Amino acid sequence: MSVSQRADSVTQPAPASWTPYLQDLKDVLVQKVLPPLLILALLGGIWEILCSSPGAALPPPSQVLRDTWDLIINPFYDYGGNDKGMGWQILASLERVAYGYSLAVIAGISLGVLVGQSTWALRGLDPVFQVLRTVPPLAWLPISLAGFQDSTPSAIFVIFITAIWPIIINTSVGVRNIPEDYRNVARVLRLNGYEYFIRIMLPAAAPYIFSGLRIGVGLSWLAIVAAEMLIGGVGIGFFIWDAWNASMISDIILALIYVGIVGFILDRMVAYVGNRVTRGTSKG
Amino acid sequence: MTARYLSIEQVDMTFSRAGVDSQVLKNINLNVERGEYIAIIGHSGCGKSTLLNIVAGLINATSGAVILDGKEVNDPGPDRSVVFQNHSLLPWLTVYENVALAVNKTFARTRSKAERHAWILKNLEMVGMSAALHKRPDEISGGMKQRVGIARALAMEPKVLLLDEPFGALDALTRAHLQEEVMRIQEELHNTIIMITHDVDEAVLLSDRIVMLTNGPSAKVGEILDIDLPRPRNRITLADDPRYNHYRQEVLRFLYEKQRKVEDLAERRRKEQSAAALEKERA
Repeated sequence: MSVSQRADSVTQPAPASWTPYLQDLKDVLVQKVLPPLLILALLGGIWEILCSSPGAALPPPSQVLRDTWDLIINPFYDYGGNDKGMGWQILASLERVAYGYSLAVIAGISLGVLVGQSTWALRGLDPVFQVLRTVPPLAWLPISLAGFQDSTPSAIFVIFITAIWPIIINTSVGVRNIPEDYRNVARVLRLNGYEYFIRIMLPAAAPYIFSGLRIGVGLSWLAIVAAEMLIGGVGIGFFIWDAWNASMISDIILALIYVGIVGFILDRMVAYVGNRVTRGTSKG
Repeated sequence: MTARYLSIEQVDMTFSRAGVDSQVLKNINLNVERGEYIAIIGHSGCGKSTLLNIVAGLINATSGAVILDGKEVNDPGPDRSVVFQNHSLLPWLTVYENVALAVNKTFARTRSKAERHAWILKNLEMVGMSAALHKRPDEISGGMKQRVGIARALAMEPKVLLLDEPFGALDALTRAHLQEEVMRIQEELHNTIIMITHDVDEAVLLSDRIVMLTNGPSAKVGEILDIDLPRPRNRITLADDPRYNHYRQEVLRFLYEKQRKVEDLAERRRKEQSAAALEKERA
């Protein structure tokens, strides 16, 4: 046993030159970067061909680039009012998402733990959650506008109410699925409630919690764009609506690309944190 | 009544599910001396693990009591540490941290940080795991996980160590190896141990007394066999020892002649069906 283990832990000999690193880099470029670039070029080409005829309703990519070049190279201008660069627009949206999502994380994990731990809470709350979670995000907007009398907290509330359901549901499933063995270990060690929560429950449920957090962040980003279209002000959602009213289709297309990229980055960030935190947890 | 170290007194256990009561254990009495190694053997489903869980305090007996060192057992605690069959290490903690969780909790007030650290290392060294302190459970083999489980249980300095089929999930070679380790550690520490097993050789090789449970429902202590073999024991020389073979046969006779496992329903049904088919062919 110990022999094989020693053999495993022998470190790799240090590379004599940079060649292996260059080789690795080349492999990554060929396998990971090249295929999506090729597909992008192909799709862009098709789009260019389809939209190049004089009567086309949408601009081809070359024209989008020409129309929006000022916006691309100058993302942080501020001419007052809503006339701000794309960077500011996105940051404004991200700020709302950050507030709403953070509240959803705190409330969602707490409620999820409650529902996962207590059979009575499960019986009482679960049916309510199951009904409320099917309500579309934007349907909450009028009622929250009526309640808060102000657009910013309303948008934050919409994010909150959108992101919270998958967090609650996944957390409660994770807590309910903590193996009996871990509970027994905790009982033999006589861990108190707080120690059990920190040492056993959170790590054991972490893979579930993080899948809820990941779904939640995706949904918040989906909801903010729609909510901002309605509430106005600075933000990528209203930017799109504004561009539509001004018939600046190229601006809309650029904004859509940015929205997609930001959503992708948000998803990856939560996934990365989840991977770091739950390392080793999912496997027995 | 004599003052015993651990006594299990008239323990009954009845589980009720959906209004149906099923008695698992009936009137179990057992006295264990300090430093004694007891093996509990019986067919699967006879309630061995239930009995161990009652001693551990993880479940409460319907009636009767377990008294350890003058105190009645009502809930689980570090004075009765358990080595679970499937190791039950926490997968997000390293080998060191798994043992540290137990040690730091058990000796939080009585030992300094440095003492606790040294104690963790000593216990892991005792089971031969010093080389893998910072590995996670999924990076080590099944046998190694069980070693860590044993180290964690030993490190709590329990009054009685409870082993729930500790080697059941391991391959034969690893199992033999770990049995040797447990014997070696037992020579050194003289712990009081109760081990659940269904392996006759393991029971005879390791224990001072074998408690044989009858088949459930309402299992009770069928026979108790004293194993009077000198320690340290060696499985190879014992293989030719007539006493060893005698003890083995005693246990086997109990398990396979007196307490033959009732044919399970599925098998019986299959036999009936094939008999019916045969008759049909004849007709």
